[in-house]
Amino acid sequence: MKSRSTLPWLLAGLALLIGLNLVANPAFLKITVQDGHLFGVPVDILTQGSRTMLLALGLTLVIATGGVDLSVGSVVAITGAVCALMLNTGAGLAATVAAAVGAGALAGGGNGLLVARIGIQPIVATLILMVAGRGIAQLLCGGQVLIIANPAFEFLANGFVLGVPVAPLLVVALFVGTHAFVRRTAAGLFIEAVGDNETASRFAGLAAARVKALAYVFCGACAGFTGVLTAANIRAADANRAGENAELDAIFAVVVGGTALTGGRLSIMGTFLGAILIQTLATTMYYRGVPPAVAPVPKALLILAVSLLQSEQLRSRVAALWRRKEAAS
Amino acid sequence: MSAPTLLQLRGITKRFPGVVALSGVDFTVQAGEIHALLGENGAGKSTLIKVLTGVYAPDAGTISLAGTTIAPAAPKEAEQAGISTVYQEVNLISALSVAENITLGRQPGKFGFINGPAMRRRARAALARLELDCDVDAELGSLSVALQQMVAIARALDLRAQLLVLDEPTASLDEKEVAELFAVMRRLRGEGLGIVLVTHFLDQVYAVADRITVLRNGQLVGAYATAELSRLGLVGKMLGREVSDAAGRVAPGSGVEGSHREGDAALPGAVAAGDVVLAARGLSRRGAVQAVDLELRRGEVTGLAGLLGSGRTETARLLFGIDRADGGVITFKGAPVQFGAPRDAVRLGLAFCSEDRKSEGILPNLSVRENLILALQAKRGAWRPLARAEQQTLCAHYLAALRIKTADAETPIRNLSGGNQQKVLLARWLATQPEVILLDEPTRGIDVGARAEIEALIATLRADGLAVLLISSELEEIIRNCARVLVLRERKMAGEVTAGPELTTEGLMRRMAGTHGEFPALPAEADQ
Repeated sequence: MKSRSTLPWLLAGLALLIGLNLVANPAFLKITVQDGHLFGVPVDILTQGSRTMLLALGLTLVIATGGVDLSVGSVVAITGAVCALMLNTGAGLAATVAAAVGAGALAGGGNGLLVARIGIQPIVATLILMVAGRGIAQLLCGGQVLIIANPAFEFLANGFVLGVPVAPLLVVALFVGTHAFVRRTAAGLFIEAVGDNETASRFAGLAAARVKALAYVFCGACAGFTGVLTAANIRAADANRAGENAELDAIFAVVVGGTALTGGRLSIMGTFLGAILIQTLATTMYYRGVPPAVAPVPKALLILAVSLLQSEQLRSRVAALWRRKEAAS
Repeated sequence: MSAPTLLQLRGITKRFPGVVALSGVDFTVQAGEIHALLGENGAGKSTLIKVLTGVYAPDAGTISLAGTTIAPAAPKEAEQAGISTVYQEVNLISALSVAENITLGRQPGKFGFINGPAMRRRARAALARLELDCDVDAELGSLSVALQQMVAIARALDLRAQLLVLDEPTASLDEKEVAELFAVMRRLRGEGLGIVLVTHFLDQVYAVADRITVLRNGQLVGAYATAELSRLGLVGKMLGREVSDAAGRVAPGSGVEGSHREGDAALPGAVAAGDVVLAARGLSRRGAVQAVDLELRRGEVTGLAGLLGSGRTETARLLFGIDRADGGVITFKGAPVQFGAPRDAVRLGLAFCSEDRKSEGILPNLSVRENLILALQAKRGAWRPLARAEQQTLCAHYLAALRIKTADAETPIRNLSGGNQQKVLLARWLATQPEVILLDEPTRGIDVGARAEIEALIATLRADGLAVLLISSELEEIIRNCARVLVLRERKMAGEVTAGPELTTEGLMRRMAGTHGEFPALPAEADQ
């Protein structure tokens, strides 16, 4: 069936990476309790990877409709600025988070309008906000890095509940909720239908444009919440650096997870594992002391390897070669 | 005609995997003639044009132009040899000026700089040849489609062409624009150019063409002087039925007699036609159809016949809310309705099986089950999902009832044969329990067995009280299944025939061909 065929490859890649790490450092998977908090590399991976995961979650739905959203990194910067402004004018935590997520959803709505109603190519439509978004964030910040000093806000990114870090807890909950939403309602079918053949879906009575637009709204809202986590993590709103290039890692996670860039296939579970894989690699390089300048190379190789493993064409060719060998012997 | 032979194609054969698109076709065009190339869907017109213009290499056969054998391997080589083509959709760049478009790729100038005045001069000369007065500095996109078409022709002629191929040049033009185009074509003919015209419109063929070549199923039917071939004869040749003009009798041995329906008893489970469910009055859309009237009744199959391009599919699209009508009213059970999108139509109980199964029907990578439940689920909305068990029951029911051959319901639909895909699409609509179903060429491209099953299914739908609209280019299929047939010709109503002695392939063909004077025009019929 659909996503089932790519998950084993993803798990195999993850196992291989963890295996290599275990050889170099037998304590790689060890989790200890220090000061009542969970501690260890896996906890680090989840905490550090939570923001990429969240962006990737939103992007999964957009990419499954056959689109893409390049603006999520800029939306992170905008909503970070929204958080700083709200908190600095004395707004409460709930109002701040709601405003940031709302701003993200609004940005996504703009993208959705351009793509679904006006018919602009997704890559171009979202590029507009990707470029303009940084400017909007700068404007909101007044050209400065706004410092946030609010312990409750900071708790969202760096706090612990019963020893478990809050950020990954929230993100995992969102993954579970989204998975239930797309599979327990018909939303998943509608998204995949629109991504597979938009015209046919419309002719079958689907509001294809609305499905697409709502996917962008959801993606924007996810980016909005990522902006909250980012600002809480660094305790500041940085219009230039927040979410910089984050869209690329998130797209990698989605594609590696088995959601096809051509649309029509959706795997929330795959995206989760894809994001874990990418973060595990990043963490590995950090622990191995790979200089940041070189770090993109292993990442690129990993993405290439996973993409090749997932390529049906390559697999069938290898299988054909294998058969020929067997026939010859 | 004593004019010299300009273009000669001999024994052109072109095979694609699984089909022979052209088989030993000869085609000759003389200098100074307008030659119409005609045929129904799948006749091989476009393949022949593509062989001629170097898009495809023929598997066998020769092409000679003005006595020299040529073998164009690319459109550019055909152009250099003197064969210029203007395609249906204007292949120009709308953001550039007229002059730039005319000279694109061969702008005068040196050292990489364009000589603007020379470019404009050349463009003006090219337009003057067509007696066109238009600003060469204007942006192409600001011109009307007709003028853009003329610019495309001017560009083609700038290459000192000997043969001009016009592939459905009038598809998006109105009557006045068509007349202008014809004036230009006649002018070029006077200059000794050979022109190949591909079109669906018989009126236009008779207005402008000197000779006609008819293709059918990849084979040459024949080449005729326009003056010597009647419209009815022409339609007969396109559809592959010999008819004699004089008495309107069916030629012996053509098998047409057998297709005449032997009364309603032949239809299993016939019921009296009921109330009108869906009706349209004066349905119009520019460039699609003009003033179409129709009524679909409960328990009745209405046929919609016409040649390719006559507006059959366009009518169905208007009825289903895919395109917006600019004129006319649609009523559902007597109340006027306006469909902004197909989903509005689906909500009311309409269903539409598109003729283009691949791009407008199936979701290729999704499973048979997902394809089957899509319309019903869309009707219910995202928040009322069908439980998995319900989905499986539906699938099991329809897979058995329509005898759909598939490994299981979870197989991607693209792995099914065309006939089985079509059955899944029918099941998709039947699952919504529609009151009206519009079937556009439901048996195209599927094997004989599946075809018979689909026709049997249509009879069942009728017996179950659905209002069915059957669009088909196979007249026998229409006659076998329909109680009433509406004929469209060149995007207008050309008559309505009810079951009885009049409902024969011949009777339909006369209306499709527009053989005047033998039957009253439709408005009169409708008023009676």
